[in-house]
Amino acid sequence: MEPKVLFFEDVREGDEAPSLVIPHITRTQIVKYAGASGDFNPIHHDEIYAIRAGNEKVFAMGMLTAGFLSHMITDWVGDGNLRRYKVRFTTRIWPGDTVTCKGKVTRKYAEGGKNFIEAEVFAENQHGEKAVTGSFVAELPSRLKS
Amino acid sequence: MPIQDLIGKEIPTFEMPIERGKIREFAAAIGDDNPIYYDLEYAKKTKFGGILAPPTFTTTKSFWRIGGTNQEIAGLDNRFVLHGEEEYEYFAPILAGDTLTCKGRIADAYEKPGKRGGKMIFVVFEFNFFNQRKEKVLTSRSTLIQTGGVVKE
Repeated sequence: MEPKVLFFEDVREGDEAPSLVIPHITRTQIVKYAGASGDFNPIHHDEIYAIRAGNEKVFAMGMLTAGFLSHMITDWVGDGNLRRYKVRFTTRIWPGDTVTCKGKVTRKYAEGGKNFIEAEVFAENQHGEKAVTGSFVAELPSRLKS
Repeated sequence: MPIQDLIGKEIPTFEMPIERGKIREFAAAIGDDNPIYYDLEYAKKTKFGGILAPPTFTTTKSFWRIGGTNQEIAGLDNRFVLHGEEEYEYFAPILAGDTLTCKGRIADAYEKPGKRGGKMIFVVFEFNFFNQRKEKVLTSRSTLIQTGGVVKE
């Protein structure tokens, strides 16, 4: 398997990323991310604690959804090409939700002999409510050199 | 204590070894089966020459940091804390086998009136990561928000 390459010349402003769907988030998935990341805030795995803090049930860490979104981005722009990635957490993702990650190129430009794209990205639930919104800058290889 | 007094508060510097098994575990947790995160033979043939850490991998710094969580350092109440924003600037690849040194501090802290009354506290943590060659590889910023009380949608 060869790594996929996205060349600067092949990108246009307005291009959309191939979307990524993560169906039916489970508590197990949330716990798996707790273990992998070290985020043991009980609000994400202890249902009694979560309810006592005023929630209906446990909910996913924003960083899990930010991880799904980064997966979509690296599948799109290639490994090691991200230069900036910023996310804002807006609505929570609950067990049972389906998350869809999307992105669109907002700008392409060259600077200091390097080629960059900027894009808006978001992850939404099955009701179309955005759970995470953000943006990134990636440096892309050119077909013109090497 | 006025919340602004938190600005500049340093987080004890700590080392963070980047482990191959931990990268695989993290990639599996976000459902990413890209071989660059687990297949050493594949990874060796790429320009990185080894297993790469995913973009949000440094979240795992929780395992290595000392002196408490962000919430504890800022004296926030865990029950009412939301993660507002997270931002990364990438300067060089982070590979399995690297040992990072992480220097953190509270970069900003302020209050705003809440939409439903009360006040909201915002605290921005900034972390700079350097590899074993003293190269800066990453800056990350986390914004935590403490709401006035019980949070409802």
